Amino acid sequence: MITLAIILSLALLGFILYLLFRIQVLSSIFRGSYKKTVSTSNRVNGILFVLFLILGMGAFFWSFGVVKKDFMQPVASVHGQWIDELFWTTMIIIGIVFVITQVLLFYYSYRYQYKDNQKAYYYPHNNKLEVIWTMIPAVVMAVLVFSGWKAWTKITNPAPADAVVVEILGKQFNWLVRYPGRDNELGLVKHTLIDASNEFGYDVRDKKSMDDIVAPSEFHIPKGKAVLFKIRSRDVIHDVWQPNWNVNMHAVPGMPTRFWFVPTKTTAEMATETGNPDFKYEIACSQICGQGHFAMRIVVIVDEPEDYNEWLAAQKPFSETGAELFAKAMETPAPIVSAEKEVKTEEVKAAL
Amino acid sequence: MASTDITLHQDVHHTHDAHDTDHDHHDQHWLFKYIFSQDHKVIAKQFLITGIIWAFIGGALSSIFRIQLGWPQATVAWLEPILGKWVEGGKLSTEFYLAMVTMHGTIMVFFVLTAGLSGTFSNLLIPLQIGARDMASGFMNMLSYWFFFLSSVIMFLSLFLETGPASAGWTIYPPLSALPQAISGSGAGMTMWIAAMAFFIISSLLGSINYITTVINLRTVGMSMTKLPLTIWAFFLTAVLGVLSFPVLLSCVLLLIFDRSFGTSFYLSEIYVGGEALANVGGSPILFQHLFWFLGHPEVYIVILPGFGIVSEIIATNARKPIFGYRAMIGSMLGISLLSFIVWAHHMFVSGMNPFLGSVFMFLTLIIAVPSAVKVFNWLATLWRGNIVFTVPMLFSIGFVSLFISGGLTGIILGNSALDIKFHNTYFVVAHFHLVMASSAFFGMFAGVYHWYPKMFGRMMDEKLGYVHFWLTFLGVYFTFMPMHYVGIAGFPRRYYSYTSFDMFNTMGNIQMFISVSAIIAWLGQFIFAFNFVYSMFRGRRAPQNPWRSNTLEWTTPVQGIHGNWPGAIPAVYRWPYDYSKPGAEDDFIPQHIPYAQTPSSNLPHEKNLP
Repeated sequence: MITLAIILSLALLGFILYLLFRIQVLSSIFRGSYKKTVSTSNRVNGILFVLFLILGMGAFFWSFGVVKKDFMQPVASVHGQWIDELFWTTMIIIGIVFVITQVLLFYYSYRYQYKDNQKAYYYPHNNKLEVIWTMIPAVVMAVLVFSGWKAWTKITNPAPADAVVVEILGKQFNWLVRYPGRDNELGLVKHTLIDASNEFGYDVRDKKSMDDIVAPSEFHIPKGKAVLFKIRSRDVIHDVWQPNWNVNMHAVPGMPTRFWFVPTKTTAEMATETGNPDFKYEIACSQICGQGHFAMRIVVIVDEPEDYNEWLAAQKPFSETGAELFAKAMETPAPIVSAEKEVKTEEVKAAL
Repeated sequence: MASTDITLHQDVHHTHDAHDTDHDHHDQHWLFKYIFSQDHKVIAKQFLITGIIWAFIGGALSSIFRIQLGWPQATVAWLEPILGKWVEGGKLSTEFYLAMVTMHGTIMVFFVLTAGLSGTFSNLLIPLQIGARDMASGFMNMLSYWFFFLSSVIMFLSLFLETGPASAGWTIYPPLSALPQAISGSGAGMTMWIAAMAFFIISSLLGSINYITTVINLRTVGMSMTKLPLTIWAFFLTAVLGVLSFPVLLSCVLLLIFDRSFGTSFYLSEIYVGGEALANVGGSPILFQHLFWFLGHPEVYIVILPGFGIVSEIIATNARKPIFGYRAMIGSMLGISLLSFIVWAHHMFVSGMNPFLGSVFMFLTLIIAVPSAVKVFNWLATLWRGNIVFTVPMLFSIGFVSLFISGGLTGIILGNSALDIKFHNTYFVVAHFHLVMASSAFFGMFAGVYHWYPKMFGRMMDEKLGYVHFWLTFLGVYFTFMPMHYVGIAGFPRRYYSYTSFDMFNTMGNIQMFISVSAIIAWLGQFIFAFNFVYSMFRGRRAPQNPWRSNTLEWTTPVQGIHGNWPGAIPAVYRWPYDYSKPGAEDDFIPQHIPYAQTPSSNLPHEKNLP
């Protein structure tokens, strides 16, 4: 019944609109307005353009001011600060160009609208002008490229040797984390060894795996120190995305990637700064990865270095948390052979 | 071959009797006149109407997912009659959400803004504006449309698969697009996507080769390359880009087919999915991205270049003023076309490729801003001291320039690899390309449809409805995509079904709702256009021969288009297409086919002795 009513009222609405349209057509025929080059519509559209310019610009700057507090994610890393500064500098430059060009566009449209006694100025080219307005953007671009390139190089340079290493492994649809432990080297893993009890696919014959801290219940990093994320994926492409730090890097199956940064604010400090006692650093996935893409989340806690060390010391090494795996490896040597083969094929690939 | 026949045939005819043209027209079976037609004007209409239908489907998909984004808590059980089991318990299924996002992108980029735009206007205008009887090969031209049609049918059918259409995003990055275990749309849906795109590429190549050949070989007497209207330059360069880049997409998806069906490992390596480890090792997903964007980036210029041409032509005509810097306009289009091939990796700054490569591509990308800026300045200079008539196509052209500026400027941010770290895959990117590429190209297309409608159907579209359509669309587009930048600066990733899982994304609810309302109103506004388009075909005011008092050759043809375009000999061309408001001329335009000898009062010194 409601459906019928909706359909009927839509039909009625359509009919009324059609009638209005017919009346408009007939009256324009009656007035003969279509015979003229321009009708009053020309003036109306000219005025509308100026109105659009003024109200549109007003709405833009007003809304920008109002929403700013919502879209400004507080910056909490060293390079994030550089990016932020570069972003706002660029915004000011393009903002100026934006205002000038839009004002000229709509003002000219209004100012030079058709008049019967007016003739357009025949002005086909001016090479000097062309050169000037080729050079200006070229110079501005050169400056922006240079500052962008400087920042980009610093950000993507190799991480300092003493960086805290954390591996983030993306899978549908969550993140797994492991730390290299005391030897600062991550244990060998293979995708063929993955199963429910061995999410990373550890080959536990590798001694380096013994002291790893694997899939701890919380994910901590220290403030003020270089942190190197070693990023991998075990199924499709994911992307490690954290807006406060401006950390953004794809997780690619078969090709480890990395991103290093220096966090500058602890979780507690951010809670104070944002006024949100429940503040958490969250990592999201920003590369489409399947139906759970929108919920691929892990919380990171940034500690003062002392607190971080304390937390790290309290974590059990993999030799304990993965004791079953080590025991099983002792019993069945079978996977070890296949694992060795795998190693060889990988070496060949690298050599190629 | 076919067109050669037509030309000979026509010319022979007209030496005898100039009024006999319609004769062979009537002899044709309707099937070959309207369906399997080899006449470029009919093929153009076929492309246009197919494109319009696709645009409504693509728009409907976006309206549905905007409902989800604007009102994430709402139940959408009322959509069940249309979407069936894709609505689960009153909510859209998360997989179907991704399918809609994917199909919206695919449909809009390829089927509407490539085939619908280039297909329509290259076909219609190339022969008419260069003074040719038809395309170089009418038969290939017909094939081009029918391959597109076949492609459309396959893509459309894939929407109704039980496992859903392709869902890995329109960029179909593997491994997601290669593994049905990872997402159900990568099963039959992806197979059909690839098949449809293969036919699409064939269609595009058949069309483009034809356009290039026609422009090079079939120009009328006197139509040198430097007397071509800018539209033709734009279509010509678009076709060149298409010929050089689409085959790369074909090879790219060919390797994907091998990976999907024949166990190769071009893009797959060390994957554990659906509870089992795959045997594939040694492949690289990055390779796919390089190949894809080697097409993908020229593709966005394939979408926007026709708009450049159409808008330049319409602005000059309606400002009653020559386009400012004709040669600079051609030069900037050449520059953009060339650069479009060497900037592709700016889509991949954080894909894991070598950062040094990122530096190189940032440098090349930001160069492309220079010719783009030159174009904008030249359009502004053309409006300056003009005598502007606000026809509907003129409004859309001014709208185009405005949107192109707004969207283009944020490209300077995204092309900067350091800043891209902040914005990669966020709504900032979505806002950017919807303004600069999608909306601008749509505005170019609307401008073209309103402007050349009289050439296509012999009638005018209703002006008042056109005004309403323009203002509704213009406001709708700005209200949709300007606030989207805010969502992007806040770091919201794209292709998210909802943002409720994250504390950091708990803001912006009102903005999302506002965007959704604007987008849906803008989409509904297009029904005004659809009505105007169909109604005017039958009841529109009859068009005069040259309704916009324009200079180009198509307006010298009869109002009711005829086979072979001109009843008599093809007019020769003497001057460039932009002699508007020339001092000393009695009218404010001098068409291209008027010899200088007939206009002694307005000739410039160097034109005195020209024919």
